[in-house]
Amino acid sequence: MVENFRNQDRYESVGRNVDRKEGMSKVTGQAKYVDDLNFEGMIYGRTIRSEIPRGKIKAIHLEFDTEGFTIVDYRDIPGKNLIALIQDDQPCLVESEINHADEPILLLAHPEKEKLLEAKVRIETISEIPVLDPLQSGKIFKEILISKGDIEAGFGLADRIVEGEYRTGHQEHVYIEPNGMIAVPTPDGAITVYGSLQCPYYVHGALMVLLGVPETKVRVVQTETGGGFGGKEDYPSIIACHAALLALKSGRPTKIVYDRVEDMQATTRRHPAIVRHRTGVAADGTLLSMDVEVIMDGGAYCTLSPVVLSRGVIHATGPYRCDNVRIRGRVVHTNTPPNGAFRGFGAPQTLFASEVHLDRIAHTLGLDPIEIREKNAFRPGDVTATGQVLPEDTSALQVLREALKKSDYYNIRKKIGTQAKRGVGVALYWHGSGFTGAGEVKLASKATLELLPSGAKVRVASTEIGQGTRTMLAQIVAQTLGWSYDSIEVSPADTAVVPDSGPTVASRTCMIVGRLLQRCAEEMRFRIGNLTPKQYLEKHGPLEITKVYEKPPAIQWDDEHYRGDAYGTYGWGCNVVDLEWDAVTYEVKVKKVIAVFDIGKAIHPIFAAGQIEGGTAQAIGYALHEEVVMRNGRVANPQLTNYIIPTTMDTPPIEAVIVENSYRFGPFGAKGVGEMPMDGPAAAIVNALFAAGVDVREIPATPERIMEAVCYSR
Amino acid sequence: MKTALGNLDFADATTLSEALTLLASEPDRVPLAGCTDVYVGLNFGHIEKKRFVNIWSLSELRGISENADFLRIGALTTYTEMIESPIIAKFLPMMRDCARLIGGCQVQNRGTVGGNIANGSPAGDTLPILAVAEAMIIAQSLSGTRKIPFLSFYAGYRKTVLLPGELIVAIEIPKPPGAQWFRKVGTRAANAISKVVIAGLRGETVRLAFGSVGPTVIRARRTEAVLSSGGTIAQARDALAHDIHPIDDLRSTSRYRMQVAENLLSAFWDSTTPNQS
Repeated sequence: MVENFRNQDRYESVGRNVDRKEGMSKVTGQAKYVDDLNFEGMIYGRTIRSEIPRGKIKAIHLEFDTEGFTIVDYRDIPGKNLIALIQDDQPCLVESEINHADEPILLLAHPEKEKLLEAKVRIETISEIPVLDPLQSGKIFKEILISKGDIEAGFGLADRIVEGEYRTGHQEHVYIEPNGMIAVPTPDGAITVYGSLQCPYYVHGALMVLLGVPETKVRVVQTETGGGFGGKEDYPSIIACHAALLALKSGRPTKIVYDRVEDMQATTRRHPAIVRHRTGVAADGTLLSMDVEVIMDGGAYCTLSPVVLSRGVIHATGPYRCDNVRIRGRVVHTNTPPNGAFRGFGAPQTLFASEVHLDRIAHTLGLDPIEIREKNAFRPGDVTATGQVLPEDTSALQVLREALKKSDYYNIRKKIGTQAKRGVGVALYWHGSGFTGAGEVKLASKATLELLPSGAKVRVASTEIGQGTRTMLAQIVAQTLGWSYDSIEVSPADTAVVPDSGPTVASRTCMIVGRLLQRCAEEMRFRIGNLTPKQYLEKHGPLEITKVYEKPPAIQWDDEHYRGDAYGTYGWGCNVVDLEWDAVTYEVKVKKVIAVFDIGKAIHPIFAAGQIEGGTAQAIGYALHEEVVMRNGRVANPQLTNYIIPTTMDTPPIEAVIVENSYRFGPFGAKGVGEMPMDGPAAAIVNALFAAGVDVREIPATPERIMEAVCYSR
Repeated sequence: MKTALGNLDFADATTLSEALTLLASEPDRVPLAGCTDVYVGLNFGHIEKKRFVNIWSLSELRGISENADFLRIGALTTYTEMIESPIIAKFLPMMRDCARLIGGCQVQNRGTVGGNIANGSPAGDTLPILAVAEAMIIAQSLSGTRKIPFLSFYAGYRKTVLLPGELIVAIEIPKPPGAQWFRKVGTRAANAISKVVIAGLRGETVRLAFGSVGPTVIRARRTEAVLSSGGTIAQARDALAHDIHPIDDLRSTSRYRMQVAENLLSAFWDSTTPNQS
């Protein structure tokens, strides 16, 4: 054992593909997901929901024998009837006013699942006319203006002005494990919830407000979680609140696990967006003026929409320099289920538009798509729309050139020639790592490292949702201490034992929380000196080090005017897509995707490549297949039979290439990786279609839309 | 929401006569075999029927055989059995091509051709093949056996002419004259439900059938007549617009289905045209 802590240079963890901490328990089926857990006396909960998008409840008829049932409505809420997040506008249970279909109204619980399914509840309602078109909405959740230079002056200098409107649809997360929670009451009125979630302290905060109790009365424990993609950022708070109400009323542990249909009907989706570009360009392709309008559909309640819009508008220019920029964004209310966080968080929508628009500009000017990107791509020292001076690790040109090389771009284009129905498309993009603007300062995240006789234990609220959190954080700690990877344990994400490290979102876990733990480990290494952990503990007693987020000194952000350093740093990505489309069926076959990313440092190269491949596949679905069909504000295809995600047969070979340009304030130079692969493939695919003679400006570019573009446009 | 299973009544039949006896006395029971449609319906709460009879173990309803004129496929023959059958490969290769595109391995192992027929979905992938092959449905009840021409088997959307107490036991398929052609256009490359299906037969005359473009599988008689009498493909495409009337639904649009059906017609014609050189 002593060996593990001496010869410190022998232990290299970072940059190695170490075993996943929970890998064995997952592959052997030992890992416990929420639906695997059972508690003594546990009952099951069911949610009764609205069937209309807007109206009022007239009466609720319980058309079943209520003996043995626990029944909860808004009057059973001890604290405030709301889901605490950004605005206090979303009730936990409808009192009278229905604002979207599948909105929770009533909760039932029973010891037998069958009895729950048999129970019939009829909700008598008075319908009102819903707002379903975001362009017709009169209610704005958030409006943002970013302004740089003088766009009119820029247009005055332009040789050409190119306009375009681009649209993106809803998208489902389709994590493999649907949402679920178990609430367990204790005799003293406290409650513990166990569940599938990304952000333990979001759930914790929501329960305190709903139940009107102090923080000591609520405990949140993450169970092994089968994927999140943002879909378990905010919604788990709602299920936890529902389970807690049933548990408190019945006095029994209560489990609510959604099936796929309920999950797809009721939980959040990606915000649909309409993005309009008006761009002034010089004949040589230099961008002189960019006027961008972004409209997002927030759904019925505010939820995370303001911050989704924020990331969306900041990324809306694409990774290009321009002296005169105006970006106007708004996210509006409609009577549809609230849209929420989803991998990329607003950026996939606006980057789709900017990259597709840029190819239309190049086409208008008779320029090559690569030439226009080379000319305008951000270099270190360039200034963004918010006025941020870009740091040394700005690698737009590098990832572009690497992608061209890896894809053999020019030779493939030469080979295709004028061969119809095959095309190559490119997308170049950026993604800010961590929370936007002053977000990280406000979060003031904490991480704790505890010394154990056998090594050290990581205590953070960052969750493992399949992406490798536990493993990657242990690697950072092990490397910093100079100890073996196996000597580092990772605590479950349980609010009783971990500090608030902020939510597991925004590609921030490695860069922000990883850096916090690196600082903990640096101090631990210094304090221990030449002792082994056991010797130190015997001599000095317990050692626990907690660090709080410290802003890199140069970073400044003005939230009122949207000026300054929007992110500590950015990851940079480029896709090259080679595809062909079928003239009989209008189906697209993607032949190959090249995905090059500067992520600072790949702590675990296989996991990083996994994030790139998985994100790319998810983006291919976004681009070509995944269409949420809404009928009168309600999802009409809430099952995987008709909501089409790509199978392996639809997924092309993906070549992931990692570039490592260090970020000074990231652990071992690391920046974010998780979201970025979602940002670009849709634009690269639509650009490849454009090169192959099909002009579509809305995704998903289903065979139906391609047929319309080929057969009916002009 | 899922159907509560506690209210459902399941019976097991171990022989054909047991099954027919049960269906005679309790004709409201729905025969179950592979359950690839029924389970999905129960999961989504779409199935209103409450009583079922399991016929999966009736081995007399399985297997593929041939004589000089006909193939006979037992109603409980699975897609996997059809994919592996040398008889199908030799005489009805379009059925093999079709079976390979239905669901995934699990569905192919459980799903049966009799179930595909009885379920009567307009998107049933085997149905256009049975339509162009002019199959006969062998239906049996306690009172005897009758042969129903496949082309008159459907009375409307998911409605068949089966009488109470009748069970599909087999399909007889005359060995098809001419070149066979099948194409399914689904929502993705695998595990897909069809948006348009076409089966074509080109011999001395032409036979064409389409799935997913109407309430039932459709034989495109006007189009067939054009092509059989030496008309051009352009004339045939015009005629097709009178044969099929696709609709918008969750999976596709009327315009897409019409356009693709026409394109498929051309593709069928091109690929079955004997090489001139």
